[in-house]
Amino acid sequence: MWASYRFLADIPFVAPIASKEAGQIDLLWWFLCAVSLVMTVLIFVGVIAFAFKYRKKPGVDPVPVHGSNVLEITWSVIPFLVMLVMFWWGADLFFDSQNPPKDAEEIFVVGKQWMWKVQHPDGTREMNALHVPLGKAVKLTMASEDVIHSFSMPAFRVRHDVVPGHYDALWFRPTKAGHYRIFCTEYCGDRHSQMIGFVDVLNQDDYNTWASGGSTGTLAEQGQQLFTQNGCSTCHLLAEQGRCPILKNVYNKPVELSDGRTVIADDAYLRESILEPNAKIVKGYDANVMPNFKGQLSEENVIQLIAYIKSLSPAAPAPTGTQPGAAPAPAVKKPKAVIKEAAVKLPQPQQ
Amino acid sequence: MATTYHPSTPEAAAEEPVNYLNVQYGWKSWLFTTDHKRIAMLYLWSITVMFIVGGAFAMLVRIHLTQPQGLFPPEIYNRLFTAHGVIMIFFFLIPSIPATLGNFLLPIQIGAKDLAFPRINLLSWYLYVVGALFAIYAVAAGGIDTGWTFYAPFSTTFSNSYVLTAATGAFIAGFSSITTGLNFIVTVHKMRAPGMTWMRMPLFIWAHYATGLIQILGTPVVAIALVLVAVERVMHVGIFDPNVGGDPILFQHIFWFYSHPAVYIMILPGMGVISEVIACFSRKRPFGYEFIAASSMGIAILGFLVWGHHMFVTGQSVYTGIVFSFLTFFVAVPSAVKVFNWTATMYKGSVTFESPMLYAFAFIGLFTIGGLTGLFLSTMATDVALHGTYFVVAHFHFVMVGGMVVAFLAGIHFYWPKISGRMYSEPWAKFAALMIFAGFNLTFLPQFVLGYLGMPRRYAAYPEEFQVLNVLSTAGATILGFSFLIPMIYLTYSWFFGPKAGNNPWQAKGLEWEIQSPPTTFNFDVTPTVTEEAYNYGPWEEKQIA
Repeated sequence: MWASYRFLADIPFVAPIASKEAGQIDLLWWFLCAVSLVMTVLIFVGVIAFAFKYRKKPGVDPVPVHGSNVLEITWSVIPFLVMLVMFWWGADLFFDSQNPPKDAEEIFVVGKQWMWKVQHPDGTREMNALHVPLGKAVKLTMASEDVIHSFSMPAFRVRHDVVPGHYDALWFRPTKAGHYRIFCTEYCGDRHSQMIGFVDVLNQDDYNTWASGGSTGTLAEQGQQLFTQNGCSTCHLLAEQGRCPILKNVYNKPVELSDGRTVIADDAYLRESILEPNAKIVKGYDANVMPNFKGQLSEENVIQLIAYIKSLSPAAPAPTGTQPGAAPAPAVKKPKAVIKEAAVKLPQPQQ
Repeated sequence: MATTYHPSTPEAAAEEPVNYLNVQYGWKSWLFTTDHKRIAMLYLWSITVMFIVGGAFAMLVRIHLTQPQGLFPPEIYNRLFTAHGVIMIFFFLIPSIPATLGNFLLPIQIGAKDLAFPRINLLSWYLYVVGALFAIYAVAAGGIDTGWTFYAPFSTTFSNSYVLTAATGAFIAGFSSITTGLNFIVTVHKMRAPGMTWMRMPLFIWAHYATGLIQILGTPVVAIALVLVAVERVMHVGIFDPNVGGDPILFQHIFWFYSHPAVYIMILPGMGVISEVIACFSRKRPFGYEFIAASSMGIAILGFLVWGHHMFVTGQSVYTGIVFSFLTFFVAVPSAVKVFNWTATMYKGSVTFESPMLYAFAFIGLFTIGGLTGLFLSTMATDVALHGTYFVVAHFHFVMVGGMVVAFLAGIHFYWPKISGRMYSEPWAKFAALMIFAGFNLTFLPQFVLGYLGMPRRYAAYPEEFQVLNVLSTAGATILGFSFLIPMIYLTYSWFFGPKAGNNPWQAKGLEWEIQSPPTTFNFDVTPTVTEEAYNYGPWEEKQIA
């Protein structure tokens, strides 16, 4: 629509829109632009008109006008009401953007100075590139190995900081095939501006062709190898001693802790329990049994391990789903439009 | 008065009555002065130097960005934008109006002979200078590459630059800001002349009172943040770095708890200046005086409740974010109220177009755009799209340069005759105002588009499709940079050769215009008694420049 203006051809005035959600956010953007334009014109015209009309004229004295409560209330309340629309509209879309659909495919992203490393569930790895199928929701679970990064894809109007020590997440559902930019948008050091890449949205056939490229086993298979190598299986899978919880059928299910709380065994919980086992002890088990793996395993290894643990719980329910009936734990009550917080705070330093 | 002053040069005395400038000569008379006007001049010279240094870095940043790959290596570019940010924020914007015009005018406008604590006032300037020297040393020795925000754990663990030196500079300068705020608050409470009731105070005073509150309550918190950065960096105590048990988000909470209110430290005094200028050149009391005064206090208080809007995409809880988004829209109201009232002040006035008024017009326009684009960033869904892009850069500069720097120039032009006793070249002043307005818009309007297209801030290199807009921006910055030099030249000329201004060249109202230009050391021979409201303007009389 802009191409007809030849002298503007070099300037892309409309960012590509590659998902339905991006279109929704753009609608809000144009609404804000329209309100701002009206207000700016109002003020500019007001200033220019008053300055011209009431410019100093011989024989015309200024008339003292001290104020008007009616006007003050009017120009406080009306803008505020308009701003409430902005607030509500923006918060509503934001809510949706933080709540990935249940069918979203989970892809893992690790940020480090200065690259993005991507791991697909089937074991495929990419660097500074992300291939996703058209029309399917994708949830990115993201971790940082060093400083704060921020994963941004302008074509989908999505962005989330990737904070070390946390899992962060964002999701998007591409509706237009294409080649779009990835930026790091939190300053992260010397080569910050080179922490960029491309996301390729492929139609299903192309995606299948791309995905059939060789990989060294699925993510879960890679995790299984680590699980054995690090000796996890001795206690967590086979053990009869009962010193550790058995990790079958635990993924995304409630776990009762020794301090009486009940938490969901989601990615963030599992990550924390691998790196700092004493942070949350399952009821009935002792602390200080398992060694800390902090500094021993990379974020990528942890992601592989979690994928393996997930595979030990066939048909794991979606994170925000209802509890299985057999679970004795009190049901975790959540409001209707619940948001699963992607980022979980680190545990307190150990006692 | 008991004390009689003997000017040290008899010739000067013959020409000119004794004033704060000619009462004593020699470097000691400046470096050991406790006169609020002389300290204001010390500040004016110091912040001008820092403005030139910070501006030079801005020019280098813009020149670098004319090429998609950049002209300098990224390590250098990162140091350039950090130096620009640290110097401009901590050493120009924060002290700009309060420490110069505020220092000069606040006691005079309320009928006092000095600030409540003249020695602490001098101390504040020395703290500023020491802080500035630390910052300049950090920049000269090898630079800082963290951005002015010092985000952890990059600043505490990963950066190999002069973080501690720069943080020490900002820390020390913070105390200069605290002492200035303290002095203002005590002076306003305790030293108003008889009859100068709260509701008779000029709006300039209200703005500085509100600013003082933020300086006292907010600045210690950023000092804590900087100390914690130092503790983690030097002693490796885990505070912010998760590898040693800290939380990076904690830093952002502490940092923005100050740094958001700090933008109101920067803009509120500017709003005070604009209220004075528009009233004078409309020959009217500002429309809705009480509402403008109250909105300054409202901004100061609400400004403390919105810091979380810098953190919508950091992993802060969604519900926390929603509360901060909501509160942020509240703080937009008092700012809007001010803009409407300034516009309405001209209604049925007698408007003239002297250069301070031109700057005030520019302020209203640019601040309006700066404020409205802030709404895009307080709306959560659009903030997700715009966070960390050039949209934020443009928004911030519209408020800080289009707002604050323009207001500073409005104030300098308005009060120059009082400060120096001389007039400047009005045609040159009008020319400079127009050039600054044009150059500013050409610099920063393209950056809104860049941000919407997704160009991240703090990028040493960028995709080629962004080049046209970047070159436009640099062209604007070149005009802007040279335009800022014009006032420095004609004001300096006027200081020595300008025609005498007389006591009240604008026929403005207020105690500052009833005393001699330049004022005597103690401002008033006899403490004045105030018998009328502020801004009791009548019709223009024929101008008389002595």
